[in-house]
Amino acid sequence: MTLPTGVERHDFGGETSLATQGQPVYGERTDGDWRRWDPHRSKLGAMLEQGMETGLEGGETVLYLGAAAGTTVSHVADFGGPTYAVEFAPRPVRELLDAAESRQNLFPLLKDARKPGSYAHVVEPVDVIVQDVATRGQARVAALNKRFLGDDGRLLAAIKARSEDVTADPADVFDSVREELSAEYELLETARLDPYHEDHLGIVARPRED
Amino acid sequence: MSNGWFAGLDPDDDAAAVKRIAAGQADTPDDWPQQAVDAGFADDEADYYHRLHDVTMAATSAAVAEQEGADDQQLVHAVRAMADCERTANELSERVAEWGGSRYGDSGSGVEYARSVTDRDDEDEGDIALRSLAEQTVELANEADSLRAYIERTAPAVAPNLSMLAGPVLAARLISLAGGLEALAKKPSGTVQVLGAEDALFAHLKGNAPSPKHGVIFTHEYVRGTRREDRGSAARALAGKLSIAARIDHYSGDRRPDLQADLDERIERIQARAEEGDSE
Repeated sequence: MTLPTGVERHDFGGETSLATQGQPVYGERTDGDWRRWDPHRSKLGAMLEQGMETGLEGGETVLYLGAAAGTTVSHVADFGGPTYAVEFAPRPVRELLDAAESRQNLFPLLKDARKPGSYAHVVEPVDVIVQDVATRGQARVAALNKRFLGDDGRLLAAIKARSEDVTADPADVFDSVREELSAEYELLETARLDPYHEDHLGIVARPRED
Repeated sequence: MSNGWFAGLDPDDDAAAVKRIAAGQADTPDDWPQQAVDAGFADDEADYYHRLHDVTMAATSAAVAEQEGADDQQLVHAVRAMADCERTANELSERVAEWGGSRYGDSGSGVEYARSVTDRDDEDEGDIALRSLAEQTVELANEADSLRAYIERTAPAVAPNLSMLAGPVLAARLISLAGGLEALAKKPSGTVQVLGAEDALFAHLKGNAPSPKHGVIFTHEYVRGTRREDRGSAARALAGKLSIAARIDHYSGDRRPDLQADLDERIERIQARAEEGDSE
């Protein structure tokens, strides 16, 4: 697997880790311009760390769903092109705004990922959707946002089992999410994100043609 | 005509652009950067992104301020006012029913009866006076409904997790009984369990009465819908999750959908005792 341009394995005082270049956001370790991308705090970081074929090359236009306080999306904006960050909860968005202050290509939006019509007048068609929303109906969120992806686009999703059904076996939850997602997407690769994130499934998919 | 956020806007009118970002709609995305350049809104793509950055920062920061400005004390006033309107409307309805019974013989009760009185067209001075009272009564009931709608809209912004678990109105009642979200967040869950049952609690503390199992959380379907011998357990479980929700709402503001699933699971287990035929 090759890392996208702008993402490197960098040495932080004897410890090698994924890293991007930009203003620090969440108290991560830095070395000059380089800031550590902690796979324990970022599901996309864990997907890269696991060696999943994300197809990311660097410079992509990205729609990020579930940006929260901006931990991961700040790294994405460091190596990506125009990056649209959608988050629903106001309090974490304050920190997202701080992360976006120094990143001219990061556009924060306080919107509900289940209502793409409320941001399609701002977000252009993108190369990649990164999805990390802790809500029930994660497959549905991916399906609703498919309109933003071109035929060659990629969906990079982290599915949280406990958000769908806390009582069910995560393996069963993942099966049903995979099945529901397959209606709209062709799944290219899936992998559990343990040990970085328990009961999370990383998914790389591309949209099916309508 | 473009559906983009910039369509028809003066490039220098930042306030209008902020409004568009917040309230605009489009079914599908489009090549907005190109359209904005073609429309003369931006000089080139770089200029477009520069403007987009400024305007999304401004719009999002305004939206955050607005949603966070929905403060708990406003909610407290609203839920108390709603309770006042409901109580007064009910009292006046009884008066209208009693008076109406004396004039028209037909007996009815409640706000519905008052509503029916407002539809009469008798011309006697007494009829007119009664109809006027009935109209005021119905107006008060309508006021209670619109306060309820206001609470349902704003409680989720003030306390998202608590509103998710308790429903917006019960969430507002709990905040009101505690005196505020911070005060509620600082209360132990045993206190949350009996909020609104203070009379019964003090009777218990003085001596003979049994300890109350639940206060206002009795209105929650998870307590009311549980059989009597398990209601104490259900109330304790619900109060525990509501306390956690109030703390997250006050201290961090994150949304934690897991809480709902955790609560559902706890209650399911408690209610399953009835089917197993043992009350532990």
